Amino acid sequence: MAASSATSESGRQSLWYRIFYDKETRSTAIQVLTLTLLFAFFFYIIRNAVINLEAIGKGYSFKFLWEPSNYDINQTLIEYDSRSPHWRATIVGILNTLLVAVTGIIIATVVGFIMGVLRLSHNWLINKVVYVYIEYVRNVPVLLHILMVHGVIVNTLPLPRNAISIDDTFFLTNRGFYTPKPLFEPAMWAVFIAFVVGIVFSIWFNHYAKKVQDATGKIYPVIWISLAAIILFPILVYFVVGSPMSFEMAELRGFNFKGGLVLRPEYLALTLALALYTAAFIAEIVRAGIQAISHGQTEASYALGIKPNRTMRLVIIPQALRVIIPPLSSQYLNLTKNSSLAIAIGYMDIVATIGGISLNQTGREMECMTIVLALYLSFSLMISAFMNWYNKKMKLVER
Amino acid sequence: MKLFKTLAVSAAVAMAATSGTASAGTLEDVKARGELNCIVTTGVAGFAAPNDAGRWEGFDVDFCRATAAAVLGDADKVKFVPTTGKTRFTALNAGEGDILYRNTTITMSRDADLKLTFLGVNYYDGQGFLVPKALGVTSAKQLDGASVCIQTGTTTELNLADYFRANGMSYEPVTIETNEEGQVNYLAGRCDVYTTDASGLAATRSSFDNPNAHVILPEIISKEPLGPAVRQGDDAWADTARWVLNVLIEAEELGITAGNVKGLASNGSNNPAINRITGVEGSYGEMIGLDKDWAVRAISAVGNYGEIFERNIGVNTPLGLARGLNAQWTEGGILYAAPAR
Ligand SMILES: N[C@@H](CCC(=O)N[C@@H](CS)C(=O)NCC(=O)O)C(=O)O
Repeated sequence: MAASSATSESGRQSLWYRIFYDKETRSTAIQVLTLTLLFAFFFYIIRNAVINLEAIGKGYSFKFLWEPSNYDINQTLIEYDSRSPHWRATIVGILNTLLVAVTGIIIATVVGFIMGVLRLSHNWLINKVVYVYIEYVRNVPVLLHILMVHGVIVNTLPLPRNAISIDDTFFLTNRGFYTPKPLFEPAMWAVFIAFVVGIVFSIWFNHYAKKVQDATGKIYPVIWISLAAIILFPILVYFVVGSPMSFEMAELRGFNFKGGLVLRPEYLALTLALALYTAAFIAEIVRAGIQAISHGQTEASYALGIKPNRTMRLVIIPQALRVIIPPLSSQYLNLTKNSSLAIAIGYMDIVATIGGISLNQTGREMECMTIVLALYLSFSLMISAFMNWYNKKMKLVER
Repeated sequence: MKLFKTLAVSAAVAMAATSGTASAGTLEDVKARGELNCIVTTGVAGFAAPNDAGRWEGFDVDFCRATAAAVLGDADKVKFVPTTGKTRFTALNAGEGDILYRNTTITMSRDADLKLTFLGVNYYDGQGFLVPKALGVTSAKQLDGASVCIQTGTTTELNLADYFRANGMSYEPVTIETNEEGQVNYLAGRCDVYTTDASGLAATRSSFDNPNAHVILPEIISKEPLGPAVRQGDDAWADTARWVLNVLIEAEELGITAGNVKGLASNGSNNPAINRITGVEGSYGEMIGLDKDWAVRAISAVGNYGEIFERNIGVNTPLGLARGLNAQWTEGGILYAAPAR
């Protein structure tokens, strides 16, 4: 009955005949069958969940998000305490996840690109050392890397009272790395504005320099001038307005260091392990991307009298990027999703806060899991969207 | 249009084809399966942990075994399902276990909101603090600014937040999943203090290489009545399991032991209360879906409450816990089981 309604428009031969001998009918039938099974599967699990929840008298409601969480979190990028509601704990978790994802992606990209290029080095030793590193890292599960880094930090570094002190400013302990924390005075605004102005200027200058080069062939030292605008200019302003920044030093009080900024072992372990693991994959992607560009390109470039480093920067890398970016995006996605392994060492990310303690203390499994899934999905979609945009931008503009 | 039609047809067929079947009562399920699935910890010495031969042993484990003996006639027909503080209730509600014996505190929200049915108390406990002696701390009030290891998904983390807040102290929570992880982090000095139920602290300390280098602080900051739970809504099964617990406690009060229970059952006793338990009088087993020897089997398998206590966690074990609150009401404790009558 199902298939007949779908194909009732053309009705001379029998349905069975057509399913076997008519290509289009057959493919429709197969699609209907596949989708039926798929729907059946989803209906089955959703129905099951609803029935089971009803059976034990649990509803589906997000009201709990506004009740006090009743638990504390050690690393909070926004103000939070045990009286804050669950939604605030969720935001703390989101920020902690993003912190790992963003810093991890930056480190992974930088290290990955450097190693990828070194892998192509003609120096046998460098080449092999990088090769061994990459093969080792790629072939050990990332969870083990995380546990190992955490174990090393916690077990080998000293307790706070015996902290390794660097100039009484930086302290290394098994409870984290402490650094001074910058405190801004109001005049600091001027410096931030100078920074933004520097960026805007650089963008403009870039365009301008390109136009000049196109018209006259004259080349400006764009990078140096941009750097000066973005870094030196704000520093200059900083001193002109009278150094409106002071530092709060970390100092040992009682059991622990107080004040300053702290990078906890859990954050360090998760970020470093994920970054170095992902860097090994990125290195291979970069190497493959560069090798994918035919050597003729280099030779042609040299023949035109372009210097080797310009050849790399202006001819090889732009073409290689087209090969590199798609797999690179999936590495970024992996790193972000792998950050949920935080749970293994007690880093308070999304899964540990709303998907962990909140879930457990309120018993709202379905609700919390919905939130966690939605969050990871939107992170992934955002990264994909950005990388697609970048990929399009880097595409060869064909005539 | 075609795509839409295809989707609609598929959905309709799928909806028509899927219909569920309700499951029978847990007691029948357990009998049919021939095995009791008991949810326990991932490992707390003295309470529930596999021994060197891989056999589960401990205080909570013995209550699981007693239940299996009463229901199935064999104390070894138990499958132990290890869970963390976080996964235990989901595991129970998802049907991975028939009963939960896992150092679990009875609380209002767990009972009413998490939809559990608690069966009674098998250990009266409270939350304490474990610190290295070398720290020189003698009271929990001196812990301002300390790093504290806590197990996630427990009442522990909530009590801790309340206690430090109420006393105007700060702390760094170091959140861990299992007792094992907690020990590792505590011994490595990631935290100054380990906090959980005092019984759990005694268990944890007993498994250290040098237990005497650590002290449990005098403050007990909460009430932790620990007891078994089942899924809400299966009253018959709750009754069965509840009376296994009650009868083990009452057996101690009446002096029924693993050694004498069989004799009392075959010879009878002058005390009708004993006869009701041993099945000589009345049909109490039938009331909970079992036969008349249910209690005899449970008691001869693991002993009465006192025997279970002394064998696993009592003063002569590495945990060295005194009966304290967990003595019978006749002995100065608050253990007071409803009578089997
Ligand atoms: N009674 C508390 C705490 C229970 C708890 O998790 N206790 C710890 C220490 S005794 C435990 O059983 N850990 C076992 C494990 O890690 O599996 C509760 O019910 O929330």
